[in-house]
Amino acid sequence: MADQPTPLERFIQGILPENPVFRQLLGLCPTLAVTNNMKSAVTMAGAVLFVLFCANVMTSLIRNLLKPHLRIVIFTLTIATFVTIADRFLAAYLYQMSKTLGPYIPLIIVNCIIICRCEVCASKQGVVTAGADAIGQSIGFGLALSAIAAVREILGTGMFFEIRVLPAAWPDWVIMVLPPGAFLTFGLLIGLVNWYQSIRTPQAGKSEG
Amino acid sequence: MTENVKTNFISQAWLVLFLAICFGGLLAGVQILLGPTIEANKINETLEKVPEMVFGAAHAQELAARKQAVDVMPLSVEVEKAGKTIRYSIFEAKTEGQLAGWVAKTSGQGYADKIEMLIGFDPQVEKITGLYVLDQKETPGLGNKIVTDAWRGQFLAKSTGQALTAVKGKAKAGNEIDAITGATISSKAVTDIINTAVNDLRQPLIAKAKGK
Repeated sequence: MADQPTPLERFIQGILPENPVFRQLLGLCPTLAVTNNMKSAVTMAGAVLFVLFCANVMTSLIRNLLKPHLRIVIFTLTIATFVTIADRFLAAYLYQMSKTLGPYIPLIIVNCIIICRCEVCASKQGVVTAGADAIGQSIGFGLALSAIAAVREILGTGMFFEIRVLPAAWPDWVIMVLPPGAFLTFGLLIGLVNWYQSIRTPQAGKSEG
Repeated sequence: MTENVKTNFISQAWLVLFLAICFGGLLAGVQILLGPTIEANKINETLEKVPEMVFGAAHAQELAARKQAVDVMPLSVEVEKAGKTIRYSIFEAKTEGQLAGWVAKTSGQGYADKIEMLIGFDPQVEKITGLYVLDQKETPGLGNKIVTDAWRGQFLAKSTGQALTAVKGKAKAGNEIDAITGATISSKAVTDIINTAVNDLRQPLIAKAKGK
């Protein structure tokens, strides 16, 4: 247990080297479903930040009391609680957004990123590390969602954050805001990230864990 | 032996039980705190739209600027149809004690999912005074254009005497509506919902207006 990553390492790893969406391919349901405009992508990332941070800190606090075979029950219980809180908050203060995101906020409960971080990091390391890990992973998740949403919203509607950025003559590529657009964009962006990784580390595949 | 198993269960599961109780309490607290706001959001969304549905957007703003109160009274109307009872939520709009119009909340099957709308009528249910889409999941970029002001505007001042139809190309007759290009089904769904609501509600609402 001597070579556990430090808080700073955990934080940085989440953003790019272990980006939850592009490197670990986790949490793909919201990645594909709510990225047809920037607003919903950012709201979703915010909700995940809140849930992941609370769940990680909570799990880390009780990590010494966990029974190995009951840990998943406790993770799920913790995550479900904070997801419900996030869902109620959105319904109370961002009602329109909560209607747009519909079932995808409650579905954060089954988002693998969170249970993965509880298992990998929070149930083994201290509160500070767990918190830093949660923030790093959430930023990584938010960046990935924003990257996809930016491409889809700009090409699909000519707008960015509902502000027109392309000339009105732009023929909106409607397919980009429909489900196929999510798969196309996501595939191309994974390709881009892999290509970037491969030119940075020529012996790619060996050095990566 | 049984004693052993019992204590074992408790010692294994006490954390789960303890957390469940704590989290349950936390959630109850959140619900008590936020529940009223959420309920108010749902009701407001409908109520806020009522003046616009009856008077049109411009006139409704004028009334609001003059601080002239529009009294909105929710009521429900039951309609017997094909042996089934259908309930409509109706909002009665009054200014200075005078009946100004009705707003009906109604829904029907669209292309993808249910379309939920508000329809405004004048007191005698002769004309449509407003249309607003509360909830829809039609195809983005095609069917979801039913929410745009431009398309909804076509319904304003349409007579309820004849059933509305959505036509491709240019609408000519008074009861025709331009269907959205590439979304004929969504357009037809909206006119169908309106026609059904008009048929169901005309008699009961006229009766209510007379009774006042």
